[in-house]
Amino acid sequence: MTVKQVREIDRVVIRFAGDSGDGMQLTGDRFTAETASFGNDLSTLPNFPAEIRAPAGTMPGVSSFQLHFANYDILTPGDAPDVLVAMNPAALRANAGDLPKGATIIVDTADFTSRALKKAGYESNPLEDGSLSAYKVHTVDLSGITMEALTPFGLSRKEASRSKNMFALGLVSWMYGRSIDGTVNFLEEKFAGKENIRDANIAALRAGWNYGETTEDFAVRYEVKPAALPSGTYRNITGNLALSYGMIAAAKQSGLPLFLGSYPITPASDILHELSKHKRFGVRTFQAEDEVAAIGAALGASFGGALGVTTTSGPGVALKGETVGLAVSLELPLVLVDVQRGGPSTGMPTKTEQADLLQVLYGRNGESPVPVVAASSPSDCFDAAIEAVRIAVTYRTPVVLLSDGYLANGSEPWHIPDVDTLPAIAPGFATEPNHQADGDEKPAEFWPYLRDPQTLARPWAVPGTAGLEHRVGGIEKLDGAGSISYDPANHDRMVRLRQAKVDGIAGIPDLDVDDPNGDAQLLVLGWGSTYGPIGAAVRRARRAGHSIAQAHLRHLNPMPANTGEVLRSYDRVLVPEMNLGQLALLLRGRYLVDVVSYNRVRGLPFKAEELADVIMEEVGSL
Amino acid sequence: MSGAATSEERARTGARAGQPVSASTDIGMPGLRDVPATDAPQNKKDFTSDQEVRWCPGCGDYAVLASVQGFLPDLGLARENIVFVSGIGCSSRFPYYMNTYGMHSIHGRAPAIATGLAASRPDLSVWVVTGDGDALSIGGNHLIHALRRNVNMTILLFNNRIYGLTKGQYSPTSEQGKVTKSTPMGSLESPFNPVSLALGAEATFVARTIDSDRAHLTSVLSAAAAHRGTSLVEIYQNCNIFNDGAFEILKNEDSRDEVLIRLEQGEPVRFGAEGQYGVRRDPASGGFEVGPSDDPNLVVHDATDDDPTQAFGLSRLADPGTLARSPIGIFRQVDRPAYGDLMAEQLDEAVAAKGDGDLGALLRGSDTWTVG
Ligand code: SF4
Repeated sequence: MTVKQVREIDRVVIRFAGDSGDGMQLTGDRFTAETASFGNDLSTLPNFPAEIRAPAGTMPGVSSFQLHFANYDILTPGDAPDVLVAMNPAALRANAGDLPKGATIIVDTADFTSRALKKAGYESNPLEDGSLSAYKVHTVDLSGITMEALTPFGLSRKEASRSKNMFALGLVSWMYGRSIDGTVNFLEEKFAGKENIRDANIAALRAGWNYGETTEDFAVRYEVKPAALPSGTYRNITGNLALSYGMIAAAKQSGLPLFLGSYPITPASDILHELSKHKRFGVRTFQAEDEVAAIGAALGASFGGALGVTTTSGPGVALKGETVGLAVSLELPLVLVDVQRGGPSTGMPTKTEQADLLQVLYGRNGESPVPVVAASSPSDCFDAAIEAVRIAVTYRTPVVLLSDGYLANGSEPWHIPDVDTLPAIAPGFATEPNHQADGDEKPAEFWPYLRDPQTLARPWAVPGTAGLEHRVGGIEKLDGAGSISYDPANHDRMVRLRQAKVDGIAGIPDLDVDDPNGDAQLLVLGWGSTYGPIGAAVRRARRAGHSIAQAHLRHLNPMPANTGEVLRSYDRVLVPEMNLGQLALLLRGRYLVDVVSYNRVRGLPFKAEELADVIMEEVGSL
Repeated sequence: MSGAATSEERARTGARAGQPVSASTDIGMPGLRDVPATDAPQNKKDFTSDQEVRWCPGCGDYAVLASVQGFLPDLGLARENIVFVSGIGCSSRFPYYMNTYGMHSIHGRAPAIATGLAASRPDLSVWVVTGDGDALSIGGNHLIHALRRNVNMTILLFNNRIYGLTKGQYSPTSEQGKVTKSTPMGSLESPFNPVSLALGAEATFVARTIDSDRAHLTSVLSAAAAHRGTSLVEIYQNCNIFNDGAFEILKNEDSRDEVLIRLEQGEPVRFGAEGQYGVRRDPASGGFEVGPSDDPNLVVHDATDDDPTQAFGLSRLADPGTLARSPIGIFRQVDRPAYGDLMAEQLDEAVAAKGDGDLGALLRGSDTWTVG
């Protein structure tokens, strides 16, 4: 056996690509899990078509999973893959354009027939025509070797070839010195009761590993040492999972039973799936007949004293708008989670975008202020969920929590919090009458709209509380007493009170600016999932010798109190967004600052290199 | 014991299949099983809020409000555990006039909102007040799914066959050819029969009554409240402003006995001023038809029959235009586990199987690594 050379590197971006049916997401997930437990910092970007099984072998059917891992803290899934694993011609063609010169390609040659090449849109065989000469290409008959390795299991050709993703995983695991034990355990659990399939997959995985070990084609192994992250216990987590856990934690911290009303929609459905598993925590999940019923049931549960939550994506937000307006009028806690995707209309269901900001802020009739919180990374979805619940419960208001397709499915290591350090959330239900009728000595009436003078929140009196029977509704209410009122001055007062309540939300930290040199003239300001790419781009620009300030908004409504002051203290403010300038519009309108917008809506997160170029161009022109 | 068996057993305490059903019979109150009772005497005034009632003088809604306020004290429930939820429309102002908890929500959505409330609070008696436009047009989807799920609540569907609050457009129950502001040459659509619709939507309790017949209204409401699951009560309600007399033939002393069919549990279906008509099934086609009351093959009404065929057949007797031969009473009353009960059982089962949730363990999961 050849002695293999081991080369140490600090980071790798690897992309697995194949047909939708090739199991690329699973392969990526497993490699991520192995990499996470090895202790690297990492960030992932799954990218798949909306169709469940697009025609096999075609470009639209290609599904991929990109993983960036490093021995230091990283912020993005990486701009361009150093390694591409391509399971067929279409996967090669769909991804080769993203590869920098010198990148490694591992390609399954089994399917490079003239028919398959034509289906993928190749005129000639790229493995033979020299078009890949800029890359290090490893041609491996992955399917063939897998099938051969699985002969003892007596599987059909089709069944056996299905394990080729495990062979590829084994090979790549060998290349980067990842253990495959976790995946063996995973397969044992997944295929418990189907011994033959289980054993075949494990055999394919080991065969892939051994192939790397023995074949001359792979002469080098790479080592990426664990990252020096702050001490603590970590796990890998996706945004949808972190968001689900955040809701369960917030329910516990508030002592309110969690009620989720939801209608299946990509990319939010996994939150419904996840929360449905946690009935032991008293979580009730209701799969409604439509988006409207989903939020309606959540609001009904809130009226009854539950923590009402509804999860959806952009099109669902449009349908829920009227009920959000009702919740604004009822002044009841409710959290609407919008996992944004490419729009308008059905748009690009599996791709990311952040173009719902104006919709959630203004997409309702009347003056209808709603607090908005946006998560900035997959693991941040946990904290953002708790913050959304804190505001909803404390201020008796619907709150929108924004995530997006990139955060939802992307993953990163999460420093698991100590549950004792999670913030407490006090529902403070009303238990006593609060208003003294003329001539009475002590309060004997309950006024549902008599506000807390500090927070302007109204009392939350839940059914079952004797003496506090009251009626609420979408019709304008008399300030205090809460009875129906069409009085012009009262309406003006109520509109302003609801606005003042949201504007006055306390506990929102000042906008924190990272400006290491303290002499930056350019501020780069973002919100939501652009946090990672902006951070990585700013690092690059700083490494190139520029002074750059960076800040990121978590609260989009209300914004931190010092936002205007921060914006005005820089010569130029650059706002990159995956929309056509929605935050920029708000900042210009509210603070009269002429911010510079940078916008891309490609359904994919920004690339650090591209943003770094934009930043350096702005700095250069100052 | 499995959860389902427990539920069935619970659902059956009180009301047994095959037992005659009428409000005068003590059938128990499984629908209100988990709602706290009160010993304090209650009267109609206790259920009357301080809000001025603002329906048009003469509106049929007044009679229904008075009946509900009058009959609720008989249930002996803690008033604070009663909630009325409504949508939008004239009848949907109802909750404001009830001195209970209440929510006047948005158009068509009351069944959905009440579903969340009832499924998470089994200790509440939940009532939905809706109209023909609210429930059958804009909210049709929510209505059919609430019925299918069998959420424990009672839906009062005020059917006046017109849009009142928006000043007189035709509704989904208006007769075809209806001339209204929006249909000056007559409406083009066939109306819904709400009872047929509810039966088709797998409802477990379906009844119809009339605003002006207080005794009948009260008896149907009692049975609806007692039922565990979703009860749908269609109430023929006169809108004297925009559709006056819509139910006149069913109310007028001169005509009503000839055209109104009163369903009585366990009795052959007969009607007519002299009881001269009866409903039978055509042996060849299986269809329901009216014949002489001395026909030996008259159908015997059984609301508790699991098979909804007969209930549906009876619902089709009404003329979709004039409503002649409209049956009133309880069409269907069968046991099926209520949605909220099943939901609660799954929670209990999950805890029984693995214990209460441990947040720390959940967050840690199974794949962790430690730094430092
Ligand atoms: S418009 Fe008709 S239904 Fe509405 S309150 Fe007046 S009479 Fe009653």
